[in-house]
Amino acid sequence: MTREITLSTAVNEAIAEEMRRDPSIFLIGEDVAEAGTPFKVLSGLVEEFGTERIVDTPISEPGFMGMAVGAAMTGSRPIVDLMFGDFLFLVMDQLCNQAAKTHYMSGGKLSVPLVLRTNLGATRRSAAQHSQSLHALVAHIPGLKVALPSSAYEAKGLMKTAIRDDNPVVIFEDKLMYNDKAPVPEEEYLIPFGEATVLREGCDITLVALSSMVQVALQAAELLERDGISVEVIDPRTIVPLDEEKILNSVRKTSRAIVIDEGHRNFGVTAEIASRITEKAFYYLDAPVVRMGAMDVPVPFSPALEDLTVPTPEAVAENARLSVRGELFNVA
Amino acid sequence: MVRQTKQNNTEAYLRIYRQMVRIRAFEDSANQLYLSAKMPGLTHMYSGQEAVAVGICEALENSDKITSTHRGHGHCVAKGAEFREMFCELLGKQEGYCRGKGGSMHIADQHHGNLGANAIVGGSMGIATGAAFSAKRLGTKDIAVCFFGDGATAQGLWYEVMNMAALWKLPVIYACENNGYSEYTKTDEIAAGSLTARAEAFGIEAHSVDGQDVLSVNELAQKLVTRARKGEGPFFVELKTYRYHGHHVGDINREYYRPKDEEAEWKTNRDPITNFGKWLVTEGILSSDELVGIDGEVKADAEAAVQYALSAQYPPSNEVDMHVFSGVENALAYI
Repeated sequence: MTREITLSTAVNEAIAEEMRRDPSIFLIGEDVAEAGTPFKVLSGLVEEFGTERIVDTPISEPGFMGMAVGAAMTGSRPIVDLMFGDFLFLVMDQLCNQAAKTHYMSGGKLSVPLVLRTNLGATRRSAAQHSQSLHALVAHIPGLKVALPSSAYEAKGLMKTAIRDDNPVVIFEDKLMYNDKAPVPEEEYLIPFGEATVLREGCDITLVALSSMVQVALQAAELLERDGISVEVIDPRTIVPLDEEKILNSVRKTSRAIVIDEGHRNFGVTAEIASRITEKAFYYLDAPVVRMGAMDVPVPFSPALEDLTVPTPEAVAENARLSVRGELFNVA
Repeated sequence: MVRQTKQNNTEAYLRIYRQMVRIRAFEDSANQLYLSAKMPGLTHMYSGQEAVAVGICEALENSDKITSTHRGHGHCVAKGAEFREMFCELLGKQEGYCRGKGGSMHIADQHHGNLGANAIVGGSMGIATGAAFSAKRLGTKDIAVCFFGDGATAQGLWYEVMNMAALWKLPVIYACENNGYSEYTKTDEIAAGSLTARAEAFGIEAHSVDGQDVLSVNELAQKLVTRARKGEGPFFVELKTYRYHGHHVGDINREYYRPKDEEAEWKTNRDPITNFGKWLVTEGILSSDELVGIDGEVKADAEAAVQYALSAQYPPSNEVDMHVFSGVENALAYI
């Protein structure tokens, strides 16, 4: 049976199901218990699992992140709730110097099975310190897996896989999508890491899109269909590991690609994916691979400015038209 | 402090003496490896602080956890590690505790509860506190000891985790080895107020002890470990001690921050091994000849382990992207 539930409910269900299955799992973070987080994603969990397993902390991100690393090394499976993705900068040492490297530095003898769930996404009028999409930052560090659900279905399946993984996994939810509904099976399912999904098949151009940008890509594809341009849309779902083969196969077929992500464009996830396409499918390409990401400015507060910083379906469609027409000479 | 010499304690005293001698011998050999350019990189010597690691670790069970520091060989030996695997690790060899991937600053020995040395000053304070949190939640009765130096008390992380440890009564002991120097700077110049007062501000019971007196350290540790296991923790202990070498093995000309006569005073009059040896003889537990015998045996063990490690194999090149992820044989083919 499939029903429609919100992304928020999907995350809540995934965590609850896994916590029922495995008593070594606990969840720790700020205002996760009675408050159920500011986005209310975790509402109801403390009633079922108690404050021993849904642990409210002081506002001490490095402290509870570090504690989760130690707990993960000693038989627990923590889920760390980081209220905003922007707070990643506060936990960088514990995440990147400790969690990410422990398995390697110990020659495989110690493991850190933990999930860091946080969020990304602008246009919520939250300004520069509550709007960033920082997944490229953690994807750069060997030892961390990085997942980016683009719907309620992905959010549930990826979260369950993340919780069962024996490595540190950072999972970014788009905070604008918490109330978006999608069909989700009632039966248990998991989504394996490193398996992209083709959301729409087409033959003229490939749009590789992540998280919040998947809907933008699908809307662009609708616009382009009116122009007679056939678009393939791929969601990698995880960037570490990355399903390179599925992306390359699509580009070999379409010979054109645009990579769209809400992280900053420069030195970002789009640059990584675009360069892999260029390195490994160069002779199949008929046009330069385009990167579209958040504008390389701090996210501004004013709606008039903020809306300029994120790729829109119209902007994606325009770049796609230029690409297909062979007029793509100077991408801004 | 009056100590009663009991026959049934003899074995414990001998073990304490031998473990301190083992740390000193290990460090002397490691220093020689560095000076003779046989060791890659550099290392931080624990010599002088032996009574801290041994006094505390002798009060622990094997399954109790410790976290260690960049100056971590002493903790590793004291928690039960073997010379051979340790020297192999220091030399980057395959048979090292971490298959040569960690080296001196990341040596870990999970079979004896050592969650690892850490090259970020104060970096393991969260890990130790989390291990205590995990033990309490899972009901294992294990406790965790977080070793760190006076320099690490300047890190904000400590105050975050002490707050949570106190709120949740976690079985963790924060063991601050105050050796008087924060790298190349006198601790007096970097630490305001008193260290014990900082822990007390969180309602944490704090103690200060002579870190050169192994029996004082061990007696206090035994009491606190027992109480932490019963849920009366956390605790803080400041152990006043001294490092005989510089910040690291290459820090040789250091008179600009530490006078030679100060070093001589500690080495001559406050050496933890010499003083404990004298006590053992005075109490009639061991003869001087027996002490010399132990020193010789340990030195021979260290030399044999060094020779073994020098001729041991380096890890094969295909291990370079192994252990990046648990469950993934070769990371480069995976990402």
